[in-house]
Amino acid sequence: MNDDCNDGDDDADDDDDDDDDDDDDNCSLEGNYLNVNMSLSSKQKATVKDFFSKMSTRSDDIGAEALSRLVAVYPQTKSYFSHWKDASPGSAPVRKHGITIMGGVYDAVGKIDDLKGGLLSLSELHAFMLRVDPVNFKLLAHCMLVCMSMIFPEEFTPQVHVAVDKFLAQLALALAEKYR
Amino acid sequence: MVEWTAAERRHVEAVWSKIDIDVCGPLALQRCLIVYPWTQRYFGSFGDLSTDAAIVGNPKVAAHGVVALTGLRTALDHMDEIKSTYAALSVLHSEKLHVDPDNFRLLCECLTIVVAGKMGKKLSPEMQAAWQKYLCAVVSALGRQYH
Repeated sequence: MNDDCNDGDDDADDDDDDDDDDDDDNCSLEGNYLNVNMSLSSKQKATVKDFFSKMSTRSDDIGAEALSRLVAVYPQTKSYFSHWKDASPGSAPVRKHGITIMGGVYDAVGKIDDLKGGLLSLSELHAFMLRVDPVNFKLLAHCMLVCMSMIFPEEFTPQVHVAVDKFLAQLALALAEKYR
Repeated sequence: MVEWTAAERRHVEAVWSKIDIDVCGPLALQRCLIVYPWTQRYFGSFGDLSTDAAIVGNPKVAAHGVVALTGLRTALDHMDEIKSTYAALSVLHSEKLHVDPDNFRLLCECLTIVVAGKMGKKLSPEMQAAWQKYLCAVVSALGRQYH
């Protein structure tokens, strides 16, 4: 799943437009820094804990919305949910699963000082059973950030944004730890 | 050429109608410089970017945010020829400004988050999808002329 908009690899004839821009339809956001370890300062950890605490009354809504947006904006992610009757944005299974995932994220906040150790079994689950391509963690993180901004526009300052973005990236790394 | 459904065009227009470029442009660029600090490398001539407060108070950052967002809006009037519309700008960013095209993606991420903050739930999943597609098309066009 490397639909990187900035590929620039298409040296195809500009006259031949039919296939060139297929990749334009769906930007991948994983960037190059998923594998770069940018650890959280203690101030950023505190910022994350504080914001997630503020968010807790709306966490189910944010989880449900975030997964709905993932399948809406990045339809290829529905490939992981082919066993559901309905994997469309806002459907019951999508909302329910979004809430489950958000629960996992909250659990990770509690383990913020040792994500790799704390998420060992979840990592094994994702590596050996679910086998979700780690690129999707970044896509879901983006959708979560969008929902946080939507629902907490005042609180989701640039400072909170950078701390939560880093946390979600660290979380993704910890989840991918057992992949290979 | 990027294909747009009628609904997608409506969604993109609807989002743009909610964006005050003079407000969102500066907010998006400030957020980008704060959240992805390595992007500051392109703004050595802008003066003080040493703290978040300095970035937010910097008039050159604000002005440039307006320029960048105005540029992003250009595609709205040329949805069926985005690649050619941005060809000259792509050359500029590559050969004169030497901007790593990954930065376009980072700015667009921050812009989406600013827009989400302004629109709240009015930004439906379908609108977000169309908006993302629009930004992707522009980002791709801006990166096209790099060699």
